[in-house]
Amino acid sequence: MSGPEPSPDVAGAGAVAVADDDTAIRTTGLTKRFPGGQVAVNAIDLSVPRGAVFGFLGPNGSGKTTTIRMLLGLIGPTAGSFAVLGRPMPDSAGAVLPRVGALVEGPAFYPYLSGRANLTRLDAADRSVDARTARARIDAALERVGLSAAAEKRYRAYSLGMRQRLGLASALLRPRDLLVLDEPTNGLDPQGTREVRTLVRELASDGATVFLSSHLLSEVEQVCTHVAVMSRGRLVSQGTLDALRSVTTARVRVVTADTAQAAGVVRSLGLADVAVAVDHVSATLGELASERVTEALVRAGVGVRELVVERPDLEDVFVSLTGEGFDVEQ
Amino acid sequence: MSSSEVVIARRSWRPRFLASELRLVFTRRRNLAMLVVLAGAPLLLGLAIRLSTRRPGGGGGGGPAFIGQITGNGLFLAFTSLVVTLPLFLPLVVSVVSGEAVAGEASTGTLRSLLVVPVGRTRLLVVKFAGIIAYAFAATLTVGVSAIVVGFALFPTGPVTLLSGGTIPLSAALLRVLLVALYVAAMLASVAAIGLFVSTLTEVPLAAMATTAILVIVIEILNAIPQISQIHPYLMTQWWLSFGDLVRDPVGYGNIAHGLVVTAVYVVVFGSLAWARLTTRDVTS
Repeated sequence: MSGPEPSPDVAGAGAVAVADDDTAIRTTGLTKRFPGGQVAVNAIDLSVPRGAVFGFLGPNGSGKTTTIRMLLGLIGPTAGSFAVLGRPMPDSAGAVLPRVGALVEGPAFYPYLSGRANLTRLDAADRSVDARTARARIDAALERVGLSAAAEKRYRAYSLGMRQRLGLASALLRPRDLLVLDEPTNGLDPQGTREVRTLVRELASDGATVFLSSHLLSEVEQVCTHVAVMSRGRLVSQGTLDALRSVTTARVRVVTADTAQAAGVVRSLGLADVAVAVDHVSATLGELASERVTEALVRAGVGVRELVVERPDLEDVFVSLTGEGFDVEQ
Repeated sequence: MSSSEVVIARRSWRPRFLASELRLVFTRRRNLAMLVVLAGAPLLLGLAIRLSTRRPGGGGGGGPAFIGQITGNGLFLAFTSLVVTLPLFLPLVVSVVSGEAVAGEASTGTLRSLLVVPVGRTRLLVVKFAGIIAYAFAATLTVGVSAIVVGFALFPTGPVTLLSGGTIPLSAALLRVLLVALYVAAMLASVAAIGLFVSTLTEVPLAAMATTAILVIVIEILNAIPQISQIHPYLMTQWWLSFGDLVRDPVGYGNIAHGLVVTAVYVVVFGSLAWARLTTRDVTS
C-alpha cells in the first residue's frame, strides 16, 4: 500500500482487495425515471463479480447507457442504491472513480486539441496521479491502443476508429481496478475490433474487472465470462455465459435412413417436439444426456449415421430473451 | 492491474487542472482573436483623436472627461479606451468565454469525460470561474497596455495631470492604470458569474454566450432609465465607470468599495445558482 514510487505499469500480483465484498458492481433496485416520465432503467439488481469480464447486453435503447451513466455518477438514480468496488455510490465517487477507467457513449474530446493534448488535459484533472509520470503514462496509453503515430494530430482530423482508440487510451491513463466500456468497438474495423478483444483479455488477466456493454453478441460471446441482458429497462437475465446458454434447451438431431423407427425410439425416451424429415429426426433434448439417446437407438437397431446435439448460440438466447432482435426499443 | 498504490500516491498540490484550464482558454484561437481585436480598439481611438485634433480650430468638444486630456498626455488614452470598451466590448468577450465554460464542455461531451476522471463538480466550477476571471483580466490588460503603447507613440508623455487637477509622476500614473485594470476586471467578475450560471443551463454554448450578453445589455438599459433610479445602486453596471475615481487625488474609494461589494454579491448569487444547478444536474450529453 505504501509503494515508494507509483509506476504506470504496476503489476497486478500485489493487488490488495480493500473491499468488503467480492463484487465490482452491485445495484439494488436501481431505477431511472426521466422527467418526461419514461422509465429508462427499471429496478435492476446487477451483480458483477470481481475479475469478471462482464458483458452487458441489450438492444439499442434498452437502458444500458443510462445504467452506465448512473454507475459513474453522471446521472442520479430516482430509486435504488448501488456500490462500485465495494463502496457506496455516488457518495464515494471521489475515492472510487480514480480506480475506474470509463468510456461512456463513445469518445468525447476537444476537437481543436491533439490526441496527446486531450489525454494531457484529462490526466491533469486527475488528482490521484503523479504529475511527474504523466508523460510516460500518456505515451504508454497511446502505444497500447496503437495511436502513437497520430498522437500529435488534432482530434478533429481523427477517423471514428482513431477516436474510439483515444477513448480507450483515456481509460488506460493509469492502472484501474474496473473498466466500464460502453460499446468500445463502435466504429472500429475488424482488425481494431480484434485488438480491443485482445486488450480486454489483457486487462482481465492483469486482474481488472471489465464491464463491457454491447449490442454485438459475437463480441461478448468471445471475451466475456459473465453476461447480463437488458430489455426495455429491465434486467431479463444475468449469470455466467454457460448458464445463460442453457436457458434455451438443446435439440438432438439424428441422421438416419430409418426415420420412422428412430422417431419411435426418441418418443419412447419422452423427448418433446419430435420432428421427422426425409433423412433425419430431431427433438428437444431437455435434461436427458445424449448418450442415452445413442444407446437407445443402437439397442433398437436403428442405423445411426450421425447424432448431433445443437446448442443455441448466444444470439438465439438473446433474441429469445429480448423478443425482438435489434429494433430500437421505446 | 492494481491501482491501490497509485491512489495512495502523494497528492500533487500543483494546480495542474487550473493550469490546463488556463492553457485551454488562452490557446483557443477564438479567444486570442478577441484579444487582438481588443488591442486594436485603442489604436483606432488614438488615431481618430490624433487626426481630429490636427485640424486647426478644433475645440476639443464634448465626450468623456478623459478624451480632452489625451492630447495633453498619452497615458489618458488608457483610461479613455477602458471607458469606451467597458460598456460593450469587454462584457461581450467575457460573455463568450463564460458562456463557453460549461456549455462548451457539455456540447463536446468532454463534460462527462472530466466528471468520470473524476473532477468534482464544485471543483470544475471553481476552476472554470478562475479561467474566466484570468481571461477578463487579460482582456482588460490588453486594452490598457495597447492604449499605453499607442498613446505614447501618438501623444506627449510626462508627468500626468489628474482629473482633480494635481500632477503625479508617470511611474505613479502607470500604477494607477494597473489599479484601474484590476478594478475593471473585478467588475467583469459579475458578468463571468452570470455567464457561468447560464452556461450550466444548456448544452449549446452559443445560446449561453448570447443570453449572457443580452442580460448584461438589459442591465445597462435599466441603468439608463432615470424613472427607476432607486434600483440603480443594485445594478452592477452602475459602478463600472467609477474607476475614474482612481485617477483623482486623493483617490475616492467610496464608489469603488460600493462597486466591489455589488460585484461580490453578484458573484455569490450567480455562483451559488451555478453550483446548485451543476451539482444536481443529470449529465446526459
